[in-house]
Amino acid sequence: MNPRHLTALALCVLVAGCGTLEKISEVGTGLASATGVISEDQAKSINKSAGAIDKASESMTPEQEYYIGRTVAATILSRNKPFDQRSITTYLNTIGQYLAMFSDKPETFSGYHFLVMDTPDINAFAAPGGFILVSRGMLRCCKNEEALAGVLAHEIGHVELNHGMLAIDKSRYSAVVTTLLAEGAKNLAGSNVAELTKVFEGSISDITSKMVNSGYARKYEFQADKSAVTILERAGYSPNGLVAMLQQMEKQLKPGGHDFAKTHPAPADRIAELTKLIKSAPAAESAARQARFNDNMRGV
Amino acid sequence: MHIKRFFLISGILSLSAAAAIAATATIMSVQVNKAELRDTPSPFGKVVTSLAYGDKVSIQSQNGAWSQVSSSGQSGWLHNSALTKKTIVMKSGAGAQTSASSGEMALAGKGFNSDVEKQFKDNHKEINFAPVDKMEKIKIPIADIQEFAKEGKLQAAGGAK
Repeated sequence: MNPRHLTALALCVLVAGCGTLEKISEVGTGLASATGVISEDQAKSINKSAGAIDKASESMTPEQEYYIGRTVAATILSRNKPFDQRSITTYLNTIGQYLAMFSDKPETFSGYHFLVMDTPDINAFAAPGGFILVSRGMLRCCKNEEALAGVLAHEIGHVELNHGMLAIDKSRYSAVVTTLLAEGAKNLAGSNVAELTKVFEGSISDITSKMVNSGYARKYEFQADKSAVTILERAGYSPNGLVAMLQQMEKQLKPGGHDFAKTHPAPADRIAELTKLIKSAPAAESAARQARFNDNMRGV
Repeated sequence: MHIKRFFLISGILSLSAAAAIAATATIMSVQVNKAELRDTPSPFGKVVTSLAYGDKVSIQSQNGAWSQVSSSGQSGWLHNSALTKKTIVMKSGAGAQTSASSGEMALAGKGFNSDVEKQFKDNHKEINFAPVDKMEKIKIPIADIQEFAKEGKLQAAGGAK
């Protein structure tokens, strides 16, 4: 069977199912064809492809997400060295792993892990599978534990909502499925590894360029803020800490900077959206929390 | 007499219904590397046992985002995010070829895997995986997390969802 036949077979198998994206696309294309924007044939063709893509993205297991996440994190850490200070690493992971328990996706293939990047830029990245990197510059926007929890909860929100994986070009999902189908039950032969590695490299590049250069769509950032509010409230932190952090960030961001100034909606816009969501009053200050925050942030 | 017969028939009917439910009990698979089965539907529940990637569980009941499951004679709670309806095939074998992308089966260790990562590392010597390997080992013990929450007076609303 030649590769073209295999692709066709893969699509036939995949189109058999009826996925969410397919349904959404059907509604959209139904409207478009009814109003004469596109022909009925074009609508059918779009619906067919959407079904295939939807099923293909489902084929990406948490195990594969884990390998993607590891490599995305390694790539980012090759540009931004880790800040090796045991106290802040432990503090960050304690808050982060506590918060992750309250997300809608507490279980990932290898769990949630957090690391500080040694750069004054204001940045944070959530690689698929739960590898979360936060810069020293970002930590400096936090004046207390609530604010830091807000930063981490927002990043956990990106993992929960699969935003990293959604940055992968859809054609790559189909390429993986086609390769696997060709491979069948056989063990991976050398050529398959080479082909899959090409798709893998492309996927890593899709995610890192989205995270580092262009940034996610604004709606993804607002969605991650919304998830953060839910996580923080469930965990017993006031989500007002996230607002306070954004106010601080607004003062510290340098226009034209290659960090959050470029990749995220303006802090004021995020604050405006967050204020609509937050119903709880600011939490009472805790001397114990402030003391441990001050202790662990020393040197950051 | 009529009443007795009524109870007899109802009894038989409920037994058959129970049997039907038992026969169609949902089987799911663990889709994470290691999942801890707990005695209550909470991340702070006592660990009953650990389940491995691909282990099959039988669903007994649901509580929010948690499932009460049984596996190899042990029963406990798992968060739904650790589970998939797909059957995870740990080794290649009969049937895997036709079902590889049917959406009902996932092949463990296929697609992006350690072989692909190794090839990627060979192609990109400039990318250092050591910090990620180190990062992945950081796992704060649950007792420390509980103590941390207590010390910081963090009042979780009804436990984790």
